[in-house]
Amino acid sequence: MVDQIVRIGRQGSKFCSGVGQAGIVLFHTTVRKPRLRKLFPLLIEQLYHVGVMSLVIIVVASLFIGMVVGLQGYNTLNKFGATAQLGQLLALSITRELGPVVTALLFAGRAGSALTAEIGLMKATEQLSSMGMMGVDPLWRVIAPRLWAGIITMPILALIFAALAVLGGYLVGVEWLGIDPGSFWSNMQSAVDYKTDVLSGIYKSFAFGIAVTWIAIYQGFACVPTSAGISQATTRTVVFASLATLGLDFILTTMMIGGW
Amino acid sequence: MTSAWVDVKNLCYRRGKRIIFEGANLTIEQGKITAIMGPSGTGKTTLLKLIGAMLTPDSGTITVAGQDIHALDRDELYLARRKMGMLFQTSALFTNIDVFDNVAFPMRENTDLSEELIRNIVLMKLEAVGLRGAAHLMPGELSGGMARRVALARAMALDPQLMMYDEPFVGQDPISMGVLVKLIKTLNDVLGLTSIVVSHDIHETFDVADYIYILSEGRVVGEGTPEDMNKNDSPHVKQFVHGLPDGVVPFHYPAVPLQEDLITHG
Amino acid sequence: MPSDRSMNFWVGAFMIAGLASLAVLAFKVSGLTTYFGGNSYVLTADFDNIGSLRVRAPVTIAGVKVGEVANIQLNRDSFQAKVTLRIKQIRNDLPEDTTASILTEGLLGSNYISLSPGYQETYLANGDQITETHPALILENLVGQLLYNTKSKAEKADNKKT
Repeated sequence: MVDQIVRIGRQGSKFCSGVGQAGIVLFHTTVRKPRLRKLFPLLIEQLYHVGVMSLVIIVVASLFIGMVVGLQGYNTLNKFGATAQLGQLLALSITRELGPVVTALLFAGRAGSALTAEIGLMKATEQLSSMGMMGVDPLWRVIAPRLWAGIITMPILALIFAALAVLGGYLVGVEWLGIDPGSFWSNMQSAVDYKTDVLSGIYKSFAFGIAVTWIAIYQGFACVPTSAGISQATTRTVVFASLATLGLDFILTTMMIGGW
Repeated sequence: MTSAWVDVKNLCYRRGKRIIFEGANLTIEQGKITAIMGPSGTGKTTLLKLIGAMLTPDSGTITVAGQDIHALDRDELYLARRKMGMLFQTSALFTNIDVFDNVAFPMRENTDLSEELIRNIVLMKLEAVGLRGAAHLMPGELSGGMARRVALARAMALDPQLMMYDEPFVGQDPISMGVLVKLIKTLNDVLGLTSIVVSHDIHETFDVADYIYILSEGRVVGEGTPEDMNKNDSPHVKQFVHGLPDGVVPFHYPAVPLQEDLITHG
Repeated sequence: MPSDRSMNFWVGAFMIAGLASLAVLAFKVSGLTTYFGGNSYVLTADFDNIGSLRVRAPVTIAGVKVGEVANIQLNRDSFQAKVTLRIKQIRNDLPEDTTASILTEGLLGSNYISLSPGYQETYLANGDQITETHPALILENLVGQLLYNTKSKAEKADNKKT
């Protein structure tokens, strides 16, 4: 029994020191003299790999999710004769919750795991150490561009997701199921408030972007430099990042509903 | 009397419960090739990492070119590292850029030289290791020996004053080994470098080194020129140099006596 | 490893797609319009009960939106709700005896303010107060009234019998 407690305690303190290390890595990556001229081309390259390459999954997922919400929403609203409200249901659920959260989860799975694997592999093949020995700090040359790329990309992906999901819902509701387009859009517009819905969705996706990317690069950076270690780190990235997203979502939603 | 370029005094370092170094003392002389040898797992690579300040010792000092490298802050350390070159065991080339860009990397990052000048320097470095024609291959297309030579060119790109070779002869065919031996010797003599070679290849290392340290159980158990080592009588040195399977480093991993083991299962 | 040029192109396209999505979300989905581009003026009105009226609820005349609710506060002297309305200024022509009522959109919808212009020839200016107001219809009160009426009718009928 005491052994169990000791083990839990040790895990807890390992977790704590992990978080502390992650914080230090984040600090050293961001709070440095930014050599913007050198950082910029690296950043563009990473924006391509992290952002543009994630577009396919985001576009496909958003269309499908929009269509499903439209379909399910229509089904239920039909019982109350309230199908005109579909636009409102669709837009609010997408901009407030589904947009930022699903984008973050997909991002964690696709881009987050790729980042972790890439950085972990660089660590395992001693590329990071050799860079350090050449007098180039790998934290700002390798890690920082990836971190900033993730933070910038997330809100953009979330916006694209939201817009396309609404489009998907429109296609199902209006084109297929025959809801009047005028009432679809006007009900939506009167219910969705730019500040509390769209903007708060953007703030959320910023927060998710920071959390997911930070976890991804830290797991890669701190992994055990063997192939087993890399695969473990990749799994941990997806799991931790997803849980962090959901947890943050709850906290942020509470704050936003509470009124800030 | 040439001065010591690297001075390791009373180095103590442990990883977890294992003691890697306990009061180790070494002096690496300027302009000479010093070899660090010993049985597997004695921490030879760890020693190189300690000298390059990638690890911090528990106690003791390591002085490089007169500076205590563990007393430097992050920026000063990175400046000091530009005077060191390290050849990793895995060659550690950046796999997403080609040979040319790999060798050009340290110059592009650390200096403001023009692209034209960098191009010339890269070609000259590659010429020195005999791979100028391979400049546009990707690291994945190179053989192990070629990759190691490219890594050597890259480590030499900024003309460091200290070169560290981590097990350069491991897994090489005789021809590549001969090439590497030639390169290490020539570069050291022609450029006046100080070189540290970590290895456990007796033949090649004795060929190349001016002075040898043998590490075992956390400290230096033998040192001297290659001729001295061959004549040395200490049991550690003798077992290592002559490749005796059993001696101070036992053949058998510690276990209960064989009879006991058989009986308990019988 | 795509070329630098194509990477730049795709990253640029990516950013533009993001901005376009933001525009779609802002204007098509949330109906963010510069409704008050131009002039507007404010009026205040005190209500006994505002029901579920919220800030940014529409203000209408004859069903046409002419403005929004800008602010809702409690008047601590009279314990009435002090509502500030922002009206789009086409002409300054709401008569002084205009009434403001709080109505409900549909049967169970949200509340909004409907203005019924009066007949006087002096007009409300910026910052004036609408004096005639009708509070929101609270469903519970209605039901309570209905129950009370039904009960008292039943009692009267009983009394007549006996």
